[in-house]
Amino acid sequence: MSFDYAGLFYAFGPEAALVLGALAVLGLDLTLFRRRTPGERLRLALWVASLAVLAAGVHVWRSGTPGPVYGGVLILDHLAVATRLGVLVLTLLTLGVARGAVVPRQPAEYVAVMLFASTGLLLMAAAQQLLLVFLALELASLSLYVIAGFDRSRPDSAEAGLKYFLFGGMAAAFLLFGFSLIYGVTGSIELPQIAAQLAVQGSNPLLSIALVMVLVGFGFKTAAAPFHLWAPDVYQGAPAPSAALVASASKLAGFTLFTRLLWPGLSAAAGSVSSFRAAPGWLPAVAVIAAASLLLGNLVALAQSNIRRLLAYSAIAHSGAMLLGVMAAGRAGPAPLFYYASTYGLATVGAFGVISAVERGGRCESISDLAGLHRRSPLLAACLAVFILSLAGIPPLAGFFGKFTVFAAAIRLGGIAAPAGALAVLAIALSAVALYYYLIVLKQALVAPPAADAPPIKVPPATALALVAAAGLIVWFGLSPGQLLGLF
Amino acid sequence: MSLLPWSIYLSLAGALASLAFGARSARAARWIALLTAGGAWALTLLAATRFVPGPGLQTLVDLPWVPSMGVRYHLAADGISLTLLVLTGLASTAGVLFSWNVRERAGEFFALFLTLVAGVYGVFLSADALLFFAFYEIAIVPKYFLIAIWGSTNREYGAMKLALYSFAGSAMVLAGLLWVYAAGGGHGFGFADLAQAAATLSRHQQIVVFAFVFFGFATLAGIFPLHTWAPTGHVAAPTAASMLLAGVVMKLGAYGCLRVALPLSPVGFAYWQTPIAWLAVTGIVYAGLVALVQADLKFVIGYSSVSHMGFVMLGLAAANFQAVGGAVLQMFSHGVIAGLLFAVVGRMVYDRTHTRQLAELRAMPLHRLMPFAAAVFVIAGIASMGLPGFSGFPAELTILVGAWKAAPAWAAAAALGVLVAAAFTLRAIALGFFGSTGAPLPAGAGHAAPMEPITLAEKLGALLLVGATVLVGIKPDILLNWINPALQSPLLQSVLKGGAP
Repeated sequence: MSFDYAGLFYAFGPEAALVLGALAVLGLDLTLFRRRTPGERLRLALWVASLAVLAAGVHVWRSGTPGPVYGGVLILDHLAVATRLGVLVLTLLTLGVARGAVVPRQPAEYVAVMLFASTGLLLMAAAQQLLLVFLALELASLSLYVIAGFDRSRPDSAEAGLKYFLFGGMAAAFLLFGFSLIYGVTGSIELPQIAAQLAVQGSNPLLSIALVMVLVGFGFKTAAAPFHLWAPDVYQGAPAPSAALVASASKLAGFTLFTRLLWPGLSAAAGSVSSFRAAPGWLPAVAVIAAASLLLGNLVALAQSNIRRLLAYSAIAHSGAMLLGVMAAGRAGPAPLFYYASTYGLATVGAFGVISAVERGGRCESISDLAGLHRRSPLLAACLAVFILSLAGIPPLAGFFGKFTVFAAAIRLGGIAAPAGALAVLAIALSAVALYYYLIVLKQALVAPPAADAPPIKVPPATALALVAAAGLIVWFGLSPGQLLGLF
Repeated sequence: MSLLPWSIYLSLAGALASLAFGARSARAARWIALLTAGGAWALTLLAATRFVPGPGLQTLVDLPWVPSMGVRYHLAADGISLTLLVLTGLASTAGVLFSWNVRERAGEFFALFLTLVAGVYGVFLSADALLFFAFYEIAIVPKYFLIAIWGSTNREYGAMKLALYSFAGSAMVLAGLLWVYAAGGGHGFGFADLAQAAATLSRHQQIVVFAFVFFGFATLAGIFPLHTWAPTGHVAAPTAASMLLAGVVMKLGAYGCLRVALPLSPVGFAYWQTPIAWLAVTGIVYAGLVALVQADLKFVIGYSSVSHMGFVMLGLAAANFQAVGGAVLQMFSHGVIAGLLFAVVGRMVYDRTHTRQLAELRAMPLHRLMPFAAAVFVIAGIASMGLPGFSGFPAELTILVGAWKAAPAWAAAAALGVLVAAAFTLRAIALGFFGSTGAPLPAGAGHAAPMEPITLAEKLGALLLVGATVLVGIKPDILLNWINPALQSPLLQSVLKGGAP
């Protein structure tokens, strides 16, 4: 094992860029821009933050995939690098969305905490040692709790922050307990060693408990049923850019982290979902969580009248589909899952971006507040159509190929009669249900006339650029899915 | 031939252009749409003149699309697809002509219309099942918005029902295709690859997977009892959309059954053949009887579409050369006739009288108020009844002959449907257009202003469609010479049992 400090320092470059960016945002705001209006301060903070994110992105791009770093604490493989780039792109888009959102009372702090969250997500993408995994998760989660509860003028936001924090804290406790049991069973906190140890050891009741604990943490992070209860409230109450970050980048990094934890780390305890006489392990448990998320998410979404809660339940349903990708990742590799999670993130950031832009010019709570969007802002309406149709899985948008690759990989695990295949068929059937509530949203935005007093919506150029970029990426990845699928 | 893929790209470009320029001027959007639809139609006709009939698909473009999953961007055509491509061009051009009076959000209207048309061209040209599926779904969303925004009676309900039925059907197809794809080891979605992969499944599994794919597609073809979306959707749709929906989009379903489902698993087909045939026959008779008692003229046409599509499904189920060839001919024929009927009812009559209730139409001597519309409707009605000289006659006759060879009972029951069709068509003509024959013109008759005359665009559209149905009726060989060689392809051979015609 080699401890290469220079290598470690280099590998933390993107994180360093984001932290420095956050400090610069705070410092500039305290000194030069103290007397400006909040709007100007937000604009400056966003510019500095965007530069930091771009610098981090360039660093990730240029450093390539050196593999394990510093004796395997970090691993920079294709998945890690792709996830890091994905997180940075989604963060950048979120910053663009924040430009068009309601200006928070402390704009610089808001942007800085967002960068800290993003730092945690970058670490999650590459962590390969349980301690670092936990640290990364906590850094990301604590920052997200703060930005979820950032809008102190609205009780909803405080509720969102508190709920998110309580659920998250509980999940973190479970996860930490699970990690300690894994350490107790295997004597190691490095994933490769844990995997090697588990391969020679037999099954162990302590390990089963540890798996349950880890899955609780996983379920929380990805908003999978039955650990989803925080999601609707956070999506509803948090400021729109916060919700966008929680729903997109955080989900992508979470899926990467737990896939890495489960597949290379705990693959010896995977069990099997290739037939109904399932071998016990975490795979059958994940299958149950996936089925619950698909059913609950899609069916409860039908009853929603609040647009953000609808997106929350649709997020739960999408988590169920992504869990199918986790199950298939052992055989098909992470490509389908990554494709699904990253393109889903693009669509969600975009949808929240549209919501936040509408919100600035008035209310955007119930679905009917979107009425007449095609007349109030054709750009927003067109972008929203792309995002929602991608979520619904309509070709040629990326959401379709996400579903297609994940379901194909899941069915290939054991044919359609195996649990994984049956889940895929369930998910396909439920996608027809999902089309209903997605069309309800689009019906308001594109068909219904605007309310009499609804003014046209002005979208700042940065937000417009972010939304068009997100929509463009969705179309581009949908037309040539090989760009992402071929990465791995 | 190699120009055919441009019908897709041209339609999409036209959609974008119409969206861009239509915001300022409805006139520009109209002309862009007409030029695009007409241009794409011209491409299909040009391809038709250079077409050399033969078995098997003639590849036009073949590129890897998603290499890691074996998905290819493979466009190809044979006589069957060419027939339907020409139909699409004709129906879409006529559709634009009959939408000349759309003023509200015209740019978006024609953009969605052309997107739908592009999806339809894509389906008819696809030679890779996943590509086929992708185009098939691209066609679903524009339908929803066309109906929900520009539709009439109960439009939001009709639009949603239509979209959900289509999507649920396509979900079944996707599940079936993925299953077969996985069974084949994930090599690809070529029709032959899938057929090979399906052969590795057990008989029981093949029966199930065939049902998924076939009934998924058959939903869109309006097979009984999954047809209920069709009348509500077509009635709610604006005229051009009903013409395209009934005329072409329903054919996507039937074409999917023929192109994807039938060759997929001959074993599965053998199991389902009799149930499918009886469902088709039930659809023919049942929808005909329902059409007989409708109070709304457009619902009569809506149910008649279901009835006529039943003939297509019967032809596919009978699975011999006459029957399947007749089914493809019927797809063309019904596409033209349904378009004509919907055009008369939706555009010529409803836009002027603002009613479609037979009871109210009966009070107006429409044959005197708008003789052109009445004449066109009578011609379309005669064609729809399957009288000689029009395209419905050779189509339904070949299907009945083919069905007789497969099982005389099917043909006998379906022939009953022909009688019912004559009854409801005559009733619609009599009540709708010749209600108060002989009575003096009522003063005012419910509307003070005289009716706006039939426009040139409408006349042109109607002439195109009437010309097509007469041409094919007199000389069905034009199309049969394309269709029949295509039925000799190895993939279809595995399911078609009868000898050469």
